[in-house]
Amino acid sequence: MKDDDARKPELTAGVTRRDFMKISGIGVAVPMLVGPTVIQVAGEEVPVHGPGKVPVQLSVNGKQLQAQLEPRVTLLDALRDTFNLTGAKRVCDRGACGACTILMDGKIVYACSILAIDAQGAKITTIEGMTEGEALTPVMQSFVDHDAQQCGFCTPGFIVATTHFLEQHPHPTADDIRRGLSGNYCRCGTYDGIRAVALATVGGVRTS
Amino acid sequence: MSEYSWPDPATRPLLGKRISRVDGPVKASGRAKYTYDYNPDGLLAGKILRCPYAHAKIISVDTSAAEKMPGVKAVRIIQQPGTEIFWAGDEVAAVAALDEGAAEDAIRTIKVQYEVLPHFVSDAEPPKDVALNTGPLTQDDFEDLEDNQVPDEQVIATIKKNGISFKPSDKYLKAMQESGTSASVIQALRDAKFVEAATASKSPYKKTAVQKQGDPDKAFAGAAAVSEGLYGASCITHCCLETHGMASEWTGEKEMVVHISTQNVSGVAPQVAEPLGIPAGNIQVLEQYVGGGFGSKWGPDRWGMATVHLSKAAGGKPVKIMLERAADQEVAGMRPSGYGRVKIAADKDGNFLAWHSSSWGTGGMGGGGTPPLPYIFDIPNQHKQNVAIATNQGSARAWRAPTHPQAAVITMGAIEDLAAKMNMDPVELITRNLALTGKRADTYRDELRVAAELMEWKKNWHPRGEKTPGPVKRGLGVSLHTWGGRGHNSDCDLTIYPDGTVEIKMGTQDLGTGCRTVITIVAADTLGIPMENIKLLIGNNRYPVSGGSGGSTTTGGVSSSTRRAAVDARSQLFARVAPTLKAQPEELEAVNGTIRVKSDPSRSLSWKEACLKLGAMPMTVHGKNPDKEKPPDLTNSGVGGVQMADVSVDTETGIVRVNKMVAAQDCGLVIDVKTAESQVLGAMIMGISYALYEEKILDPVTGRMLNPNMEFYRLAGIADIGELKVHMMTGKGYDERGVIGLAEPPVVSPGAAISNAVANAIGVRVPFLPLTPARVLEALEQGGAHASV
Repeated sequence: MKDDDARKPELTAGVTRRDFMKISGIGVAVPMLVGPTVIQVAGEEVPVHGPGKVPVQLSVNGKQLQAQLEPRVTLLDALRDTFNLTGAKRVCDRGACGACTILMDGKIVYACSILAIDAQGAKITTIEGMTEGEALTPVMQSFVDHDAQQCGFCTPGFIVATTHFLEQHPHPTADDIRRGLSGNYCRCGTYDGIRAVALATVGGVRTS
Repeated sequence: MSEYSWPDPATRPLLGKRISRVDGPVKASGRAKYTYDYNPDGLLAGKILRCPYAHAKIISVDTSAAEKMPGVKAVRIIQQPGTEIFWAGDEVAAVAALDEGAAEDAIRTIKVQYEVLPHFVSDAEPPKDVALNTGPLTQDDFEDLEDNQVPDEQVIATIKKNGISFKPSDKYLKAMQESGTSASVIQALRDAKFVEAATASKSPYKKTAVQKQGDPDKAFAGAAAVSEGLYGASCITHCCLETHGMASEWTGEKEMVVHISTQNVSGVAPQVAEPLGIPAGNIQVLEQYVGGGFGSKWGPDRWGMATVHLSKAAGGKPVKIMLERAADQEVAGMRPSGYGRVKIAADKDGNFLAWHSSSWGTGGMGGGGTPPLPYIFDIPNQHKQNVAIATNQGSARAWRAPTHPQAAVITMGAIEDLAAKMNMDPVELITRNLALTGKRADTYRDELRVAAELMEWKKNWHPRGEKTPGPVKRGLGVSLHTWGGRGHNSDCDLTIYPDGTVEIKMGTQDLGTGCRTVITIVAADTLGIPMENIKLLIGNNRYPVSGGSGGSTTTGGVSSSTRRAAVDARSQLFARVAPTLKAQPEELEAVNGTIRVKSDPSRSLSWKEACLKLGAMPMTVHGKNPDKEKPPDLTNSGVGGVQMADVSVDTETGIVRVNKMVAAQDCGLVIDVKTAESQVLGAMIMGISYALYEEKILDPVTGRMLNPNMEFYRLAGIADIGELKVHMMTGKGYDERGVIGLAEPPVVSPGAAISNAVANAIGVRVPFLPLTPARVLEALEQGGAHASV
């Protein structure tokens, strides 16, 4: 990797999966140095971050946020613990339940399964970034109208997922809903209301 | 009619309508702050070191390395060397550090030596030679007897014969008496001889004495039809999406603020204070939102107390511990398993004659409670016996309608099998025996009719085993349930300010059931003002004490105390404004945001004008439940409920799909039809989840839970629920019963109804929930002949 790559955060943010395979493949021990460093692996330079804190810059809800974070910190924990954006929830902490669903460059992702350093350079939107003041989005209002929430802990993740789903499927069939909203779990059992939201809220605009 | 009575349908603008929950917007926008979200400046992260063995003795704990780790602010040993650990995942030590990573690193440096002891985690059918339990009764054993309505003379005889291993306090005895235990049983407890539990048997199996009614042997011998079967439900977890946890901060030498994920805001402080020896009143307990409880979140637990001590050691800084998902699944709550071998008999017309059951199950070390068998139907001749199995796993906690879902699976399964044996429609067999359900027979009759219409039962039902070709078979099943749900003790303060603002303070909590909404509806309806005028403050133990949210008691309790407070406030306001309106206070009414003369509505004041008459000072009234001074009783106990399921079973893969479920549910006077329906829908979905997917799987070799996560501990998703229909029973015959809680009853029947639908579809019984593909295929292979478990 060349030095000028440093201006492209997505390329320098930690060890990529390919890099990692190279490292583990030849058994090079990662030096335990604080801060980013570059090691030679299989004739190529591979940047290594941590284990100490490194500067991290995230673009969240239109704002540039900066913090010193250990490379092991997930995007979810950075959002919640460091930036106090607690709408996304930590529930299973391993990509099974969808409670931490957010948008990254317009795609829905599980924030628990992405490292904060890997999210640098991406445009991140959390549920907090979907509203201004107390006004609700049409999808949020539809969740209220259809009583598609009980304890509410899964709700922010479901709302991000449903909003994105309806943008992709403005006129969803029942089957679309079954497939498209299967990435989130609810324990109270609010799926009947969420199904009603998806059927009644075309393209994010409420129709009934 | 007393003025406190619930108003007539004609004069209630909000009660019984469809109203969106008041905390919907704050939740939908992600602004609702849960305990997990509590994140003040300087918050320290707590982590817990857990025992990896299911049974062990702690030999030594060395925390010296952890204390020197960077970022570590406090270390505490939770269980000292010498302590015996009875389940994997139990708490051993805790660390508070600047962030979670530092705390985790420190936890890993703690060295613990264990003496590993033999463990036992199997809840398979007990061997035949289990000896009768002659050891002293534990508090659990005693409460089991009471919960199962064992006749007083039998309870007293058992107490006399076995002795008791607990020391019932006066407070406990009073509480038991209030919940229906007879004076003679209370006296027997007072007189009981205390026997140390240590002298009890070491066997994991505790067999109760046989409970007998009538002459079962004779009844079976003379019966026209007898059906035998095996039924049950495995252990499951609560799996609240917000794990258990608490944050503590010492704000003074003997003063604390606690944030906790709990179902019992008013009850936490005494439990925290007692071991610390500080006044309970010095502890403020806060909780605005809770991410699910389902019966599992009450006191501070060991992890909560760890935050108390870590905070103290860290100079009072706030320390928060939220359990990791794995720990929550392993130790923070489960529903006991319940299985039974059942023989049931009827005469040629289908009248139930006799019941014989040998049941068993585990709730961890405590056994787990005996399901009330036979469920709902008081069959005249009975012989039943239960074995509680002590296993090395995190203890059971109340799981929504404790013991009822297991009892329903066992009983409704047996009834369905008997119906199949007699070539009868199970709805017809159940209807024929409704007299055995006692005073709710008419409710069940109504609900069976409504549910059958919603399901088009007559058109869609077929005799057992779908005969059409193809591997996918379709079937219908039915189940009935019951629950108590009388409103708990609840106090509140209602303040009217001169500017017209109304504020209610109550030390309750909203688990997502709609508690906030119910309180607001009752107050606004009574005062004749819009719900937006009511400012409701809950989730703080500095507010008037209101009960814990367990046993479906909250809605009845909070609605009753709110009604009394609002009626009194209204009366006082009438007295203040009557002279202005040139009327007597009793001639006034509060309607549509006005106070007006009933006989001449043109003589009126707006709500704001009326409140100005209070002068400079606000007015506070106190509301209570129960309150014998202010009759009538506004809450009641006892509901029914019927559910039916339509399933498809792929006999090649064993996969069960729910096509449709319907519910007919009563709960007295429904305050908000919208949130009530949501409760029932949610319960049905939770029921589909435990019927088909959920199981806490323990490894016999390591004694550990194999699926302490959410990918292999699977919940139902949106694709799994089928079409759902709910009918709330309202109007005459229901409304006048008063308000009754709804959280538990509708979660009882889904497992039984789905199990019966599967049996109806494929022609054989799959004995145990969850109805996994493996179990379905096994049942098909064996043709329903289960000699052993």
